[in-house]
This record gives sequence, structure tokens and C-alpha cells, in this order.
Amino acid sequence: MCLGIPGELVERLPEHEDLAVVDVSGVRRRINIGLLADERLAPGDWVLVHVGFALSKISEKEAQAVLDYLRGLGQPYADELDALRASDIA
Amino acid sequence: MRFVDEFRDADRARALAARIAESCRPGRTYTFMEVCGGHTHTIYKHGLEDHLPPEVNLVHGPGCPVCVIPMGRVDDAIHIARQPGVIMTSFGDMMRVPGGTGSFLDAKAAGADIRMVYSPLDALKIARANPDRKVVFMAIGFETTAPSTAMTVLRAAEEGLSNFSVFCNHVMIIPAVKAILDSPDLRLDGFIGPGHVSAVIGCQPYEFIARDYGKPLVVAGFEPLDILTSVHMLLTQLAEGRCEVENQYARVVPWHGNRIALSAIGRVMRLRPHFEFRGLGFIAHSALAMADEYAAFDAERVFDLPGVRVADPKSCQCGEVLKGVLKPWECKVFGTACTPETPIGTCMVSSEGACAAYYNFGRFSRDQMRAAAREPLAEEASRA
Ligand code: SF4
Repeated sequence: MCLGIPGELVERLPEHEDLAVVDVSGVRRRINIGLLADERLAPGDWVLVHVGFALSKISEKEAQAVLDYLRGLGQPYADELDALRASDIA
Repeated sequence: MRFVDEFRDADRARALAARIAESCRPGRTYTFMEVCGGHTHTIYKHGLEDHLPPEVNLVHGPGCPVCVIPMGRVDDAIHIARQPGVIMTSFGDMMRVPGGTGSFLDAKAAGADIRMVYSPLDALKIARANPDRKVVFMAIGFETTAPSTAMTVLRAAEEGLSNFSVFCNHVMIIPAVKAILDSPDLRLDGFIGPGHVSAVIGCQPYEFIARDYGKPLVVAGFEPLDILTSVHMLLTQLAEGRCEVENQYARVVPWHGNRIALSAIGRVMRLRPHFEFRGLGFIAHSALAMADEYAAFDAERVFDLPGVRVADPKSCQCGEVLKGVLKPWECKVFGTACTPETPIGTCMVSSEGACAAYYNFGRFSRDQMRAAAREPLAEEASRA
């Protein structure tokens, strides 16, 4: 649960300003971006996602580096992605 | 070097290892604590201790949120889960954490409705979909996770949900580190500071560690190179007679933290006078409870809790492991009675727990690992 996983913001949701769709290793889910309201996030931005919330805005380069690292972790990352897949935030 | 070729930048890892060795003053040893369980995981996974000279010793700290939950709180959560009409929700990591009367998994097998969620917002969704049930979220985690719980409660309040509550077990890193600094058991030369906690609280709250305790702290990222870099930064400070808080992970951690996250915590939660950390005992002002304004969302007020303190099993040495006094393999039940499948202590449950990380990535003592690594290391050094 402590992992921060990088996601690319693909869509902001007009019906709720705190929600956005991110793509994490091909898994697309809604997450809450309220903690980064100061960052004026837009599609194409990368964020570090923790328990359904965007915690930090990061560069694409950093995102790729973290993804490499997470893939190397094996099971904990697979578990995190499974948990994300089961998530349905609204 | 055994593992170095797995690194994304093997050349930099080699160069760093060499610079770390050069930065050590002959005849002096250095003990650094990595506060965060995520760092512990990286250190064992990549055998980082093999890349450090024998003068540098890394010890593991209390920063694994699952590991510090005391048994009595698990029992309280199970008590709530057993009440009629309750749906208990929790992160997957909590499922196998043993309390005095078993774990969530045991309670689930016995009929309690306990569901794993990825996010507190998923628990909120379950509450919306089940208006006739009481949905409780077992909130655990340091400051990284507390804002998510706080934001979820704010959302529940906005929607006027009356069947959602939080069993709040959020803990705070600074009082835990202070307890370790005040403990006579351990002599530390510096800290590798937690990455994602610091994304929320920033770097300033650590300044007292440098100022009042004279120990440097470097906030670090989670990759092997981040940790080696941070060790080098700590050694450089010591060599230059400096003692500061530095931020190696500025690409994620802003110096002042996250304003919105801190204010959400401040609105929804209040400091507890004290809270028990497994193995560390009671620590003053070390955890968060729901604020009075949000009492309706506070499972501790919605339900009657036994609130019984349960002593850790006698064989369990998690406290010593969480304080960095013992290495996992020095616990008498490590790998025999206590394994990830049948954990006696919490450090064996979460993948961030020192015992689980160590169990999963090797069973040697460090000396054995050193002996195994020494020859290739020397070879590598002469080639480099
Ligand atoms: S081996 Fe088990 S009981 Fe011993 S310290 Fe680790 S988790 Fe605790």
C-alpha cells in the first residue's frame, strides 16, 4: 500500500473537479487529484498515485524511471496493479 | 559486484560505491537508519548492503505502517467487523496482521464481511451502494496516507452520507523518530528520511533532528541509486562537519510539503494525546484521531470498542527490529515459527516490513553475505 505508482493523466472529468482518469501501465482508472489542485493538472501530465489520490506531480522522465523500478519489484507491483484494477472511484 | 548489473545505471552505482568507501574516515563506523519500509525493501531486494564498505551499517526504522499497528487495535477492528450490518473495508496489507484474537482473514472466514479496497474512496463507494449497512474503513498509514482518508471524510460529509465511518489508526513519523532518538538502545549517525511521507509534510519538520540531536538527515527516493546517493550525502556532511536536512528526492518532494494535504488532515483529524506503536510502546502525540466536528464519521464513537491493550507474544521481537536494534534474522522465531504465511509479528506481514523483505530476498546474515560478495567486489574494484 505504500507504493507510489506513476500514472499519466488522460482526462479530467467535468462533473467533478477533483476526479481525473489516469493510465497506469495500461490500466485506466479514475483517481482523485484534489491534493494537487495547486498544480492545474492537464492531460499529458504525470502524477504519483497513492491509494487512489495523486500525491505529487512528476516529470515524464521520473515517471519512466519509477515504472522501471516498480516492474523490477515484481510481486508487490503486480499486487498494487491488481488492487488498482479492482478500484472504482467515483 | 553481484547485483550491480541489475541497476539501471551500473556505472554510476560503481562510482558511488567507490566514493562512499572514500568518504569513510579510517577507524570510524557509521550507523544510518532508513526510516521508511519502502527503503528497507529496496535495500534487501538489491543487496545494497553488499555495496557498502564494512564501516557503514544500515538499520531499519519504524516506518512501516502495517508493522506498528498494535494487537489491541486489530482486535478492536475485528470487534467492529463482527457487529451486525457492518461492512469492514481495509487495504490488502492489513488482512493477515495478527491481533490477539486472530486476523481479518480469520474473522472473514468466520463470517464477518471484510472487503479489501484499493482506496478509501472505494470504501465510500461501497457505503453509497449499501445504505442499509454500516461501512467502516480501517485507516492505517503515516502522513502519506492520512490526507487520502481526510479527503474521503470531507467528501462523505459533503454528500451527507450517514453510514460511513473511519477507524482511524493514522500515525505520525516525527514522534516515532523522536522516540527512537530518545531511546538509549541505539547510537545513530544519521537518517535516510522517508520519501513519500515527506511529499506531504515537507522537509522542515526534520530540522530539529539536525539542530537538537546533531544528526544529519537526507530525504531519499526509493531506487537503489537514490539510497546510495543519500548515504554518500550523509557521509559528506559528517566529513565536512555539517549537520543538515537535505533533500535528495526533490523531484518528488517539495521542501514545504503539500499545503492542501496538510490542511485536509488539520480539518478532519486531531492529535491523540498518546498512541501505542507495536514494539515501541506508547508515544505522546504520535497519532491522529477524528476531530470532534467529524464525530459522526468516527468509528471509535459510532461503535463501542473493547479497547483492550494486548501484549505482543513473548517470542516476538518486532519492537527491537522496528527500533533497528535487532536485524530480522536475529529474532529467534525468524523464518521458523514466523514466516509470511504464518506471521507472529507484523514485520513479517507487509512487503515493507523488514522481516518480510529479508525473508523474501535471502536468509544469510550480513557477514555471510559479505563473505560471499567480498571476492567479486575486490575484483570489480580493481577493474573499475
Ligand atoms: S521474525 Fe516475526 S516475530 Fe520476529 S521480529 Fe520479525 S516479524 Fe517479529
